[in-house]
Amino acid sequence: MSTLTQANDHDHDHKPTGLKRWFFSTNHKDIGTLYLIFALTMFFVGGSMAMIIRAELFQPGLQFVDPQFYNSMVTVHALIMIFGAVMPAGVGLANWMIPLMIGAPDMALPRMNNMSFWILPFAFALLISTLFMEGGGPAGGWTMYPPLVLQTGAAFPFLILAVHFLGISSIMGAINIIVTVFNMRAPGMTLMKMPLFVWTWVITSFLLVASLPVLAGGVTMLLTDKYFGTSFFNAAGGGDPVLFQHIFWFFGHPEVYILALPAFGIVSQIIPAFARKPLFGYASMVYATASIAILSFFVWAHHMFTVGLPVKGELFFMYATMLIAVPTGVKVFNWMATMWKGSMTFETPMLFSIAFVILFTIGGFSGLMLGITPVDFQYHDTYFVVAHFHYVLLTGAVFALMGAVYYWLPKWTGYMYDEKLGQIHFWLSTITANILFFPQHFLGLAGMPRRIPDYNVQFADFNMISSIGGFAYGISQLLFVYIVIKCVLGGKKAKALSWEGAKGLEWTVPSPAPHHTFETPPKLTKAMLEH
Amino acid sequence: MKSIFQKIIVGLVLLPFTALADWGLNLTRGATTISNEIYDLHMLSLWIVTIIGIVVFGIMFWSIFHHRKSKGVKPATFSHSTTVEVIWTIIPLAIIISLAVPATSLLIKMHDTSEAQITLKATGYQWKWKYDYLDEDLTIYSALDEKSSEASQRDSGINPMEVDNYLLDVDNLIVLPINTKIRILTTANDVIHAWWVPALGWKRDAIPGFINDNWAVIEKPGIYRGQCAEICGKGHGYMPIVVKAVPMDEYKIWVAEMKAEQEAKKNTSGMVLTMEELMTKGETVYKAQCLMCHQANGQGLKGAFPALAGSPMATEPAQRLGHIKQILNGKGIMPAYGEQLSDVEIAAVTTYERNAWGNDTGDIVQAKEVAEARTKK
Amino acid sequence: MASKDLYYVPHGSKWPIVGTLSVFTFFLGSAMLFNHSSGAKYVFVVGIAALVYMFIGWFSDVISESRAGNYNKQVDVSFRMGMGWFILSEVMFFAAFFGALFYARMFSIPWLNGEGLGGVNGTHEFLWSSFEAVWPTNVMPDPSNALGGGKAFQEFTEVIPAFGIPAINTAILLLSGVTVTIAHWALKEAKRKALIFWLFATVALGFFFVFLQAEEYIHAITDLGITPNSGIYGSTFYLLTGFHGFHVTMGAIMLAVIMFRSINGHFSNKDHFAFEAVAWYWHFVDVVWLGLFIFVYWI
Ligand code: HEA
Ligand code: HEA
Ligand code: HEC
Ligand code: CUA
Ligand SMILES: [Cu+2]
Repeated sequence: MSTLTQANDHDHDHKPTGLKRWFFSTNHKDIGTLYLIFALTMFFVGGSMAMIIRAELFQPGLQFVDPQFYNSMVTVHALIMIFGAVMPAGVGLANWMIPLMIGAPDMALPRMNNMSFWILPFAFALLISTLFMEGGGPAGGWTMYPPLVLQTGAAFPFLILAVHFLGISSIMGAINIIVTVFNMRAPGMTLMKMPLFVWTWVITSFLLVASLPVLAGGVTMLLTDKYFGTSFFNAAGGGDPVLFQHIFWFFGHPEVYILALPAFGIVSQIIPAFARKPLFGYASMVYATASIAILSFFVWAHHMFTVGLPVKGELFFMYATMLIAVPTGVKVFNWMATMWKGSMTFETPMLFSIAFVILFTIGGFSGLMLGITPVDFQYHDTYFVVAHFHYVLLTGAVFALMGAVYYWLPKWTGYMYDEKLGQIHFWLSTITANILFFPQHFLGLAGMPRRIPDYNVQFADFNMISSIGGFAYGISQLLFVYIVIKCVLGGKKAKALSWEGAKGLEWTVPSPAPHHTFETPPKLTKAMLEH
Repeated sequence: MKSIFQKIIVGLVLLPFTALADWGLNLTRGATTISNEIYDLHMLSLWIVTIIGIVVFGIMFWSIFHHRKSKGVKPATFSHSTTVEVIWTIIPLAIIISLAVPATSLLIKMHDTSEAQITLKATGYQWKWKYDYLDEDLTIYSALDEKSSEASQRDSGINPMEVDNYLLDVDNLIVLPINTKIRILTTANDVIHAWWVPALGWKRDAIPGFINDNWAVIEKPGIYRGQCAEICGKGHGYMPIVVKAVPMDEYKIWVAEMKAEQEAKKNTSGMVLTMEELMTKGETVYKAQCLMCHQANGQGLKGAFPALAGSPMATEPAQRLGHIKQILNGKGIMPAYGEQLSDVEIAAVTTYERNAWGNDTGDIVQAKEVAEARTKK
Repeated sequence: MASKDLYYVPHGSKWPIVGTLSVFTFFLGSAMLFNHSSGAKYVFVVGIAALVYMFIGWFSDVISESRAGNYNKQVDVSFRMGMGWFILSEVMFFAAFFGALFYARMFSIPWLNGEGLGGVNGTHEFLWSSFEAVWPTNVMPDPSNALGGGKAFQEFTEVIPAFGIPAINTAILLLSGVTVTIAHWALKEAKRKALIFWLFATVALGFFFVFLQAEEYIHAITDLGITPNSGIYGSTFYLLTGFHGFHVTMGAIMLAVIMFRSINGHFSNKDHFAFEAVAWYWHFVDVVWLGLFIFVYWI
């Protein structure tokens, strides 16, 4: 193999070129870029499906699609947004930034890193191809509850294997991040000196490693139930359909924090930078993040209050769920206190972060309400839940990710993005996202179930408003793409320290960051370790 | 297209008034003590989070307005304070406990299904509900009513706005007595469904192979509507629930009537109808039971539900018995109808299928043939 | 010569994308097999072949880099941590199956029999009044399996007693844990002969375990009538023992590879991460088996 000879030349900084650069990459920045581009693409694919959903729901009556296809749009929309957009975007940022932030030459296991990425497009090829199959794509909801999911036609094995494939990718990515953080820190970069973004990602990686294999086990049982005659989820043979729900949510609830924690990390980088003031309560942020992660393994049945659990079980899960508000509250209050008496400016990343804090908290509030079991008997499986999770996912996770892109674009491209357009994009997104999702609270409370393609006329008006907000939000995102492309192509040159108040090692390397950085560990000064 | 555009304009213009209109914005109080207590707990938590929100966002906006660089503010340098951190851990904890206490007692109360006076078993099917009045030996099947069913088809040409209780009406509603502790069992026969009438204050999953239970004491007479609340396939949006609550004596009368009606229905095997009568009746049955899967035009849905138009089973003379038996016994995803449809109804729908959509076989199936098919292996 | 102070970051490598494509082909082939699509066999076989090719190629790159002395201590630690976390993820994978077993035994079967929910669980009363909760469950709530595919369940005559083949297998695996440890000591003391001998013993024990397990399956299926279609007992039995058996097979193959590498003198008494990784994996497989022995066969 050529590696033997290659291994001997360590004369950088030559970039591999052409296809090889991207397909054979072992460079954390290139792989990070691939992840980010893929995530944005998937956001548009999943978003287009959301547009189909919103178009169908624009008016009562069936206009565009039939119910089966509607259900498969809902299912695939969610799978794509979660596994294809938000998670990869987070991993992309982790890839790009963690080595830079802790002074490492690259990720610890660079080849595996490349494989984690390249699995994604192929896994989604498996998943999306099902939409063109006889019988259509998976249509049982992203939660894949049996027995319904077992009625899926030819798409079924593709769905299951796509989930396995995605799981492999995420587990490998998570192991890589954990190892990088524990083994690759520059001397002096102690754990409690790490930027919070790094902390949130290690903890997220723990969640991934511990929860995804459980999902893999669960979907494997679906597969054997369908093809090998087992009866895990079949009462006739002594099994229980609800068992799958336990398994799914044992994965599923940590999963929502997998989406949220990196967002917390991002916001904890951005707010201090633009408040020009150290992050308030760094240590308590770390502990709060860890508590959230630990608690997240003990709350799963709050998605299952209506399945008929014993009352003691319901009480336990209610208390545990409500408890999560405490560490999350600590984070919110810390961000608030970081802004307090700062010297704030409001560039786009900061705007997105502030919107994140407010809108995520609103989503958290509805989450807390959902956690109160007796009341959840009314909320469950209505649009109130849909509103809740889009607040934490879209105006939560996605807003933070977009803020992160604005924040680090100068470091990636070497150019400043167009600030004016960025601000327009921010305001359009914020306003339209609220028009899109706020009315869904009302719909849910008034009794509109989720996952239905058609509804009683009493729900017509709010649905129309929501759809209008949805289209407007969707179109606004085209502006984001324009801004990013424009920034890649050129603009005002970015300094190494692109933001006046930004802290951290990543700002000590030039913008754009060279292909290889920190090949020898940097000597860290006290100032470099401030956060 | 034009009407959609108009609606967008109207929608935007009306936006500010929406809050004033009599649309449902909030949970309703419902018709039971429990549903009222739930409403109160909901409002309590809503107020609590609203107040927390006002305080937290208020502080944030205060600093956003006052602590900005453009005002020449120099940043402070503090980075933590154990005191405030402890305070803002303890206060939320206290708030949560104050919510958990009433929630606990309410939950325990909701779980107590003992001493029920009437037991109703609701079984979910794709896509209808079967109700067994366990104390009365009475069974009722309840599916989406025909009007909604028709209007909900794509390109039906019917404006849903003009259909009463669009998607919230059934062919056979169920009647329950007021001021009576009713225990409602839920289960399902194929996939998971969930039985939900908001006015009763809860929903409960109907899980195939398991029984869940819950209870309600309805306090006000009236008609209460609900829907299936767990995705159960393509018809998930189309399996409503309608409960009519009446005083006990009226309930008794209704039960007696229903029983008599069903008794009469049972003895239909001797009925002989004309082709026309069979076709009309058959169409009604078809629309209520079969259209959901096999579609109004009998074309089915490729890959999921076979077309009946032109299908050998619905056209070839040799398959006549097979056709009847398919309907009686179901197959795979298709439910069995032997139990819920009378002989004459099955005869009618078979006749209809063998003559509609160009199947013109001219075949006439009478109830007697169905009665015989039931006994044949 | 690569500097040992630098963390070794490999240059572009084709193996990740080859790996992706081979897993993709393998999955595609499997999905097609499930759907009885034409040509599925070929896709599947190509996928497996590509997987084998990828593993061989990727590992031989790593081995030659390691032998060329490119890896410093830090790289070694990365590998160690990576393997450790990988094993944790495997533990969680098995946790799902053990969870299913415990759930069935502690919850779903008693519930089907009417227990729980404060004693007023109507499941037994209204649905399966002839069902009796026993473990192993042989008479199903609904023997005709109307809720499932309608394919009646397979009843079995008896279950496999713990203190037959399973106990022997337990002894074998425990013994193989000992032999692999002795091999490790030998390696640390640079006693090559002993190393190879004890590794060989471990590999042999591993494959012997697999052989006995296969015998047991044949006996269970043909003589006792236990199949995956024997309700929840058969389901949990085959899934747990099947995935474990698969892991043992993989582990034994990995041990065999390590043995050949030892024969080729790849390991020094200080530097033999690959050996240790495989040994860890083997211990993991061992511990899982103990769980199986206790909960699947014994109690
Ligand atoms: C990023 C994703 C994310 C996040 C962070 C959360 C956060 C929370 N979620 Fe959410 N949730 C989802 C994603 C998420 N959720 C999704 C996708 C679903 C639906 C899945 C499906 O069915 O398809 C769901 C569904 C869901 C349900 C099930 C509803 C149902 O189906 O009936 C419940 C019930 O308890 C719940 C609760 C919570 C709670 C208590 C939190 C808490 O973590 C929130 C904590 C935050 C705060 C409370 C705000 C800040 C705190 C303060 C300012 C302190 C003071 C506050 C108080 C004392 C109240 N969520
Ligand atoms: C990270 C996760 C994530 C994100 C970002 C989103 C984003 C969006 N979601 Fe999603 N959603 C989920 C996760 C997410 N969702 C989940 C988990 C479910 C539950 C699924 C289930 O029940 O199983 C769900 C379900 C769900 C429903 C409920 C369906 C139902 O229950 O019947 C609806 C309905 O409004 C909806 C709408 C939207 C919209 C309008 C957006 C928008 O924010 C999307 C905006 C993006 C774009 C629009 C793309 C960019 C723009 C273009 C492509 C240009 C073209 C634009 C136009 C033509 C206008 N989603
Ligand atoms: C839940 C969906 C569903 C409903 C409701 C339904 N069917 Fe079916 N039907 C099916 C499916 C699925 C099949 C194919 C069964 C198979 O072969 O596995 C089928 C097959 C048939 C066939 C045989 C067609 C052929 O060519 O093989 C006939 C006849 C039929 N249905 C009649 C009816 C009638 C009459 C009704 C109403 C009284 C009805 N169906 C309601 C799903 C449904
Ligand atoms: Cu039945 Cu949804
Ligand atoms: Cu949750």
